[in-house]
Amino acid sequence: MAPVATPFFFYLFAAIMVIGGVMVITRKNPVHSALALIVALLAQASIYLMLYAPFVAGVQIILYAGGIMVLFLFVIMLVSIDRSIRERQFNSQWVVGLIAATALGGLLIAVYTKGTNIFPEHALSVVENDNTQQVATMLYGQYMFPFEIASLLLLVAIIGAVVMAKKRI
Amino acid sequence: MRAIIQYIQSYLGSDQTPGAAGNMFWALVYIMVVFAGLSVAVIAMNWLERKILAHMQVRLGPMRVGPHGLLQPIADAIKLLLKEDIMPSEADGFVFWMAPFIVVLAAFTVFVVVPFGPTHAITDMNIGILFMLGVSSLSVLGIVMAGWASNSHYPLIGALRSSAQMVSYEVAMGLAVVSAILMTSLNAEGTGTLSMIGIVQAQQAQGEWFIFKFFPLGLIAFFIFAVAMVAETNRAPFDLAEAESELTAGFHTEYSGFRWSLFFLAEYSAMIAVSSIAVTLWLGGWLRPFPNFLSGATWDRAFSLFPGVVFLLFAAMCFYNAVRMPKHPLFRIQTIGLAGFGVVLGLIGLVLFVPAVSLRVQDIFWFSAKIAGFMYLYIWYRGTFPRYRFDQLMQMGWKVLLPLGLGVLILTATVALLQQRIWHP
Repeated sequence: MAPVATPFFFYLFAAIMVIGGVMVITRKNPVHSALALIVALLAQASIYLMLYAPFVAGVQIILYAGGIMVLFLFVIMLVSIDRSIRERQFNSQWVVGLIAATALGGLLIAVYTKGTNIFPEHALSVVENDNTQQVATMLYGQYMFPFEIASLLLLVAIIGAVVMAKKRI
Repeated sequence: MRAIIQYIQSYLGSDQTPGAAGNMFWALVYIMVVFAGLSVAVIAMNWLERKILAHMQVRLGPMRVGPHGLLQPIADAIKLLLKEDIMPSEADGFVFWMAPFIVVLAAFTVFVVVPFGPTHAITDMNIGILFMLGVSSLSVLGIVMAGWASNSHYPLIGALRSSAQMVSYEVAMGLAVVSAILMTSLNAEGTGTLSMIGIVQAQQAQGEWFIFKFFPLGLIAFFIFAVAMVAETNRAPFDLAEAESELTAGFHTEYSGFRWSLFFLAEYSAMIAVSSIAVTLWLGGWLRPFPNFLSGATWDRAFSLFPGVVFLLFAAMCFYNAVRMPKHPLFRIQTIGLAGFGVVLGLIGLVLFVPAVSLRVQDIFWFSAKIAGFMYLYIWYRGTFPRYRFDQLMQMGWKVLLPLGLGVLILTATVALLQQRIWHP
């Protein structure tokens, strides 16, 4: 069975992602921006699939496209669209933007040209078929402590949100 | 030419799904069969829902088009296709146009991993259940888009309600699903699986449906899922998103004709999809009832007669009603049609008695029969329960189902650990 992960699909999804990302910042209407962001996130999930990480792709769809973006849309829909369309969309901080863009661009170019020396060449060692099991053994075995710390951080965030939202508990 | 035939034939002997075997041709055939079956099921559900609801309310329901209104769904479909497709002038055109397609895509794509039998699935993914939950959660995006793009008050309120409701119940649903997946890891290797076929095979290997596992923990998890799935599909008594007495039709108020029918199609196929998750996780998927108590060759033989008997019963019902038809020249065509339908059903039933056929088909039969039970439950709920108020809905989701789900998950994990470490070390 020929692998599906051909360069064609990589360029396709990468293009969808880039176009989606550009649309997020150029659309006047915030709802359109959110929809473009969903398209970009779904394309990202496909790229995870191409990297033989189906579990990460599934989680990406459930959490980002299905969960977080719905909440985004929920909040945006409550805001008056007419007023937010008339608001100024771009911040004219050209200097900061230029510095950030050149820094990121330089980093990417550096990685692209010298990447082979920095990163060890790593052949795919895990089979796709037990990707989920691999992730599980990693998270609950080797990286148990960082994983629990991350969960604790999220718990603190939840409690903080409740405390801020509710005056009287 | 010969190469093509060989490619088609090469799959026939294998015991894998076409997706796993990598056979494009049979995968396409399966996709078409599933799609056609799903469309027929939606049409049948449309008729059954109206009939059963009517009988629950001591009415007759559709009686005019065809015998006992059997052709009513087809008449409805033709009406919907011929209707003018209206878009509100202030609507957001592109989003309005996209919304029904997203809902339909999300509702139909999940059937890629639904296991109708050990080999009767389009494909089997390592992340099967995750894929089903993820893709079906995308349908809420379509609903929100539809409600917002209509640029009208009722749809917007409907969309807001529906998104809040679906996001809240997804949490309880996920917890229930996790506690069932945890049960799949109770084997010698100690690793579970997310694949839909693997989950059913785990129940087969343990000789127990997960609804009865660690009684009553499996039952409670199933109950949580059964409540959450009704809320996820926006059906009564959780149909606040389209509460007709408050919001005319909720998020699809402004839709008409073909696009409205897409929403309808998506709603019913989403109902079938979540029921198939419940069947796979807790009710043993394609396994026949009582695999452990009534085991042995004789019982296998007896249960394999079931599909044929059911179809013969349907045929008998058709003949009975054909005889009871009014003896009037105007009803002649209807009577002949009903008797012909009975003959077709009877022939299908007879074919199902052939051992080679029933061996291949009984998985599909049991899976569909279990789903049909859920479909009847949906109609029953709609006929009996009054609609929840929104605060009651939220209270139910966050204060009852979520703590219950967390408790069941922790208890299941504890009992499973005890079982593996202490009772059977």
